[in-house]
Amino acid sequence: MREVYFYGTCLVDLFFPDAGMAGIQLLREAGVKVIYPDGQTCCGQPAFNCGYWEEARDVARAQVALFPRDLPVILPSGSCAGMMKNHYPELFHGQPDEAQVRAFSGRVYELTQFLVDVLQVQLKDLGEPVKVTWHSSCHAVRDLGLKGQPQALLGQLAQVELAPLAREHECCGFGGTFSVRQPEISGAMSCDKAADAEATGASVLLSTDGGCLLNVNGTLEAKRSPLRVQHIAEFLWERTHAR
Amino acid sequence: MHAEREILFRESAAAALLDPQLRANFRRAMDGLISKRQAQFPDPRDLQELRDLSTAIRSRSLLRLPELLEQLEASCTKNGIQVHWAETCEQANELILGLLRARGAKTLVKGKSMVSEEMHLNAFLEANGVEAIESDLGEYIIQLDGETPSHIIMPAIHKNKDQIARQFSQKIKDAQYTEDVDELTAMARKVLRQKFLEADAGLSGVNFAVAETGTLCLVENEGNGRMSTHVPPLHIAVMGLEKVVADLESVAPLYAILTRSATGQAVSTYFNLITGPRGTDEKDGPQEVHLVILDNGRSRIYADPELRATLRCIRCGACMNHCPVYTRVGGHAYEAVYPGPIGKILTPQMEGVGVRHDLVHGSSLCGACGEVCPVEIPIPEILVRLRREATHSDPNSQVAGKGTGRLASEDWTWRLWAAVLKRPTLYRLATWFATRLGGALPVGAPLLREWTRTRTQPVPARRSLSERMRAEGGSHD
Repeated sequence: MREVYFYGTCLVDLFFPDAGMAGIQLLREAGVKVIYPDGQTCCGQPAFNCGYWEEARDVARAQVALFPRDLPVILPSGSCAGMMKNHYPELFHGQPDEAQVRAFSGRVYELTQFLVDVLQVQLKDLGEPVKVTWHSSCHAVRDLGLKGQPQALLGQLAQVELAPLAREHECCGFGGTFSVRQPEISGAMSCDKAADAEATGASVLLSTDGGCLLNVNGTLEAKRSPLRVQHIAEFLWERTHAR
Repeated sequence: MHAEREILFRESAAAALLDPQLRANFRRAMDGLISKRQAQFPDPRDLQELRDLSTAIRSRSLLRLPELLEQLEASCTKNGIQVHWAETCEQANELILGLLRARGAKTLVKGKSMVSEEMHLNAFLEANGVEAIESDLGEYIIQLDGETPSHIIMPAIHKNKDQIARQFSQKIKDAQYTEDVDELTAMARKVLRQKFLEADAGLSGVNFAVAETGTLCLVENEGNGRMSTHVPPLHIAVMGLEKVVADLESVAPLYAILTRSATGQAVSTYFNLITGPRGTDEKDGPQEVHLVILDNGRSRIYADPELRATLRCIRCGACMNHCPVYTRVGGHAYEAVYPGPIGKILTPQMEGVGVRHDLVHGSSLCGACGEVCPVEIPIPEILVRLRREATHSDPNSQVAGKGTGRLASEDWTWRLWAAVLKRPTLYRLATWFATRLGGALPVGAPLLREWTRTRTQPVPARRSLSERMRAEGGSHD
């Protein structure tokens, strides 16, 4: 039986545990044994992006140690996957454990990447007709290099209509600490994203990333919008299982 | 110092965001530029090929920079172009003033040059009794109002047609109010024609300087570049020292990607190849041509193998056109000569990474700039590097102002962050509290205040994923 590790990420752990559970269930349903090592915290990206690399390394090192076996590591986040896959080698450049970290980075996948590219899952839609819109997280696309895997999965769902955003590739304004360091600019970007999403006429905005979801959701809630947000893993699980 | 500066960009940006006219002007203009660029690159593979080639040319030029600059000086000298070197903006200004005084020049007509903006040349000359007239239409518009460029290639992009119509009717002598673009342009043209004929000297920038042939390449759309460099008896060109390329062959791809990335044009209306003063058997052209090569911190940037990529820039402005921050706040909010993403990495390296800490943190790191950059400058990575430089003082680093953006409070925040997140038991405790307290988050109240300006407070789930997986038990290795 195929085995994989699952890395929940701090935002999913704390704010979107249902999405984490759904991701694990989707993998299990595809015949994969999912190992969820206890003790995982955060990939270290906030400190890394703010220039505090020593602190980021301390935290990153503790994560890598939890995934010793040569198994794929699956994350329900494009941004954290990009951090672990592309920026860990940079962060550990010249460190004694660089080789070990590089080997780890080579095993990292974002969830939809793994479902589509490796497992080639086929989903059967059991839900009512629904219109959704898709926010492609900047880091998922530009950093990790996600190329349409989420859309491919949504495309398998017969009753789901995907209404694209007018500015699908524009940042939602989250940007980690950017959201609180530059709250005015970040807020302006978030409000534009929320308005774009509302204009699609969709009833739910989906994304791979907890940061974007938290940001857009908070903005939509503040303007009392009926539009809700959902992590793609949770959406896929709900659509493929009768409630 | 650092705290004051951090508030600076945030405050200027916040003020800009409250100006609906400004936001509408930028959004409309940037959308136009984005789609024009897109139309020039229908095939992503062709684009990538041209980007790879352009990046290689710029990288190779920089690799051989000292040698190419020497060769450029020799070739220019052979062509009759006198070459001058300036380490600082003050030196460059003095040099130019000296050249003007030597010919008794009182008026200088200028083609567009960002390096001259970097030097604050106009103000310096004015203080020394020389009138400098901007002849690029955009530059002319902002000079009338005493403004600085808000975009590196479209300096007056923050103004719309109606604003310019009002401005012209008030500031240009005998001007009739009109909102007709052609009539407005004709008005400026009439004024500038006279200036070209009367000016004692002309000044221009340089897009590419060719080492092998001693050719100064100037890309422009209005013909004002040609007029500024050909009509007055004295032509002074200014360039940053990174602008040199090896040969004319290197120019073609760079020119092709520059105009396409900048304005979505396959070619510009004018492309000037300046090879020296008027020859003895020639009837026009300047009698003297000078080239001023400015350093202003560039050799320090050059010394760092990672930061050197900053100098690959060909000043197309595509990064600002595609930047979600720039699009919303415009160029003036940056309080810098070079705005937008390239300005965010260039300005702190020139002025000091501590005093311009505000700029390096003014980005969501979305990566749109790096994605469109024709010479693949990794702007987001350089921003992160500069954030590191601002707060940490690496003995091997040559970055200006390294370590001077450090705040004790930020240090402690990250130390505490790491102390909790590298210890699963502490993290478990912290998340236990967070999930049980729900919306009443005890930590980070000041940050929460910023977050909730436009958003509701995030509420942690009742049980974390880790807690659920522990309860499930069976999933552990």
